[in-house]
Amino acid sequence: MVSTSFTPIASLVGGAMIGAAAVLLMWATGRIAGVSGIAARLFPPYEDREFAGRLAFVAGLVVAPVLVRLVTGSLPAQTIAAGPVVLVVGGLLTGFGSVWGSGCTSGHGVCGLSRLSVRSLVATMTFMAAGMATVFVMRHWS
Amino acid sequence: MSILVQFAIGLIFGIGLIVSGMSNPAKVLNFLDVGGIPAGTWDASLAFVMAGAVAVTFIGFSRVLKLARPFFADRFYLPTRRDIDPRIVAGPAIFGIGWGLAGFCPGPALTALGFGSVSAVIFVAAMCAGMVLARFVAHLPSLSRFVTPADPLET
Repeated sequence: MVSTSFTPIASLVGGAMIGAAAVLLMWATGRIAGVSGIAARLFPPYEDREFAGRLAFVAGLVVAPVLVRLVTGSLPAQTIAAGPVVLVVGGLLTGFGSVWGSGCTSGHGVCGLSRLSVRSLVATMTFMAAGMATVFVMRHWS
Repeated sequence: MSILVQFAIGLIFGIGLIVSGMSNPAKVLNFLDVGGIPAGTWDASLAFVMAGAVAVTFIGFSRVLKLARPFFADRFYLPTRRDIDPRIVAGPAIFGIGWGLAGFCPGPALTALGFGSVSAVIFVAAMCAGMVLARFVAHLPSLSRFVTPADPLET
């Protein structure tokens, strides 16, 4: 386990930027900034003509660290402790579950809670509880 | 123009993920590790990410949704479902297990690609496969008889 330091100010500021992006996307396209929904709709079946915009949004997510590195000269620490098998299993479950449950941390957790959606509240409490239970089993049951 | 704006919005979102610490799976897992509270290894930062994001979005949405229409679209596409069906619990439960295993949810996983790590590529490839699988299963005729005909991806 890698210990990390408590960063309330940076996390609050970063969170506010995520919120600002969600508000801007609603203002620009009228859509919820739910990353799982946006990413999943990059694959067929296609139900509308919003493909290019979604691809641009995802490209922005991917390019963000490149821009941060260009401007500040460095990137904050990123520690991925999981091995390939855990990454594949975790990725499959994350992808399947977020689409099956109509959203992830951004769609339900940020946008849904902000809209006072009960469905999103149920979803958010469920994935938080499941995430906490999983980490508990992985770290404290061995 | 709309495409460029959506790229810029993705950039802001991604920079927010990096600044907040969400792009670091170690930080996410230490937040989810409530068993680490007695030992003092619990990292409460992510609660502040959520608080900052929800505060801005709550105020921002209430203003934006008073407009007649979005800048680049004919109307707002807001989720309309209110029912609590099995999938709104089962999906997040499955997602939460994946999140707890690797420390990545979809947004930070995509941003992690730009950090240049092979691990992120493996995770995102599996995540996309899971997404395609979920949409495929959701569109099976035998299932769609029982599921409301609304957009299965709707938040």
